[in-house]
Amino acid sequence: MDLRYFAWLRERIGTGHEVVETEARTVAELIEELKARSESHAFALSDLKSVRAAVDQRLVDFDASLEAAREVALFPPMTGG
Amino acid sequence: MSFVRVQEAAFDVGAELNAFTEAVEGAGAVVSFTGLTRDVAEGDMIAMEIEHYPGMTQSALEAIRDDAMARFSLQGALVIHRYGRLVPGEVIMMVATASRHRAGAFLGAQFLMDYLKSRAPFWKREITERGADWVAAKEDDESALDRW
Repeated sequence: MDLRYFAWLRERIGTGHEVVETEARTVAELIEELKARSESHAFALSDLKSVRAAVDQRLVDFDASLEAAREVALFPPMTGG
Repeated sequence: MSFVRVQEAAFDVGAELNAFTEAVEGAGAVVSFTGLTRDVAEGDMIAMEIEHYPGMTQSALEAIRDDAMARFSLQGALVIHRYGRLVPGEVIMMVATASRHRAGAFLGAQFLMDYLKSRAPFWKREITERGADWVAAKEDDESALDRW
């Protein structure tokens, strides 16, 4: 599964893109797996109130299913406009 | 009729607005909003860097546009949003809406702006003499969506 990170999440994790093998069924389960990957992942994902997720480029809640998902993105709250 | 663009290059607000106004049919009102890069810190901003999510940005903007068109029976909606490095005072984005009557056009433009603020995948980083900092989302931006 392709993972993408943006803004300060990308900086804290240290990369904007990585490919992981996962059995996670939801975004929340994936995040728990990622937190165990490294200290920088754990730090970046320590406050989930400041994290938003998209599955295959659609904004979703953390309980969203990853069935058939190809790309998951994690990023801070958006600041467009 | 609608136009949605994500681009790095600067654009001419007047020319875009004229082209939009000519293209919409049956409209009695056109409302536009232009966003400028503003120094939100302590008056020493050098530049604003705008990151986005290539692939998702265009479709997210189109979904917000489609929602606005349907809710307010718009004749057209224009959204142009830039990314990359901008200096203070530069145009960062614009929206325009066209409808039969002004109420729909005003409301449609406000709706577009509220949703662009917190549902379009852009992130701003402010570069100052003191370093670089990500601009935090405001709680107000999220609660602004409740009124729709």
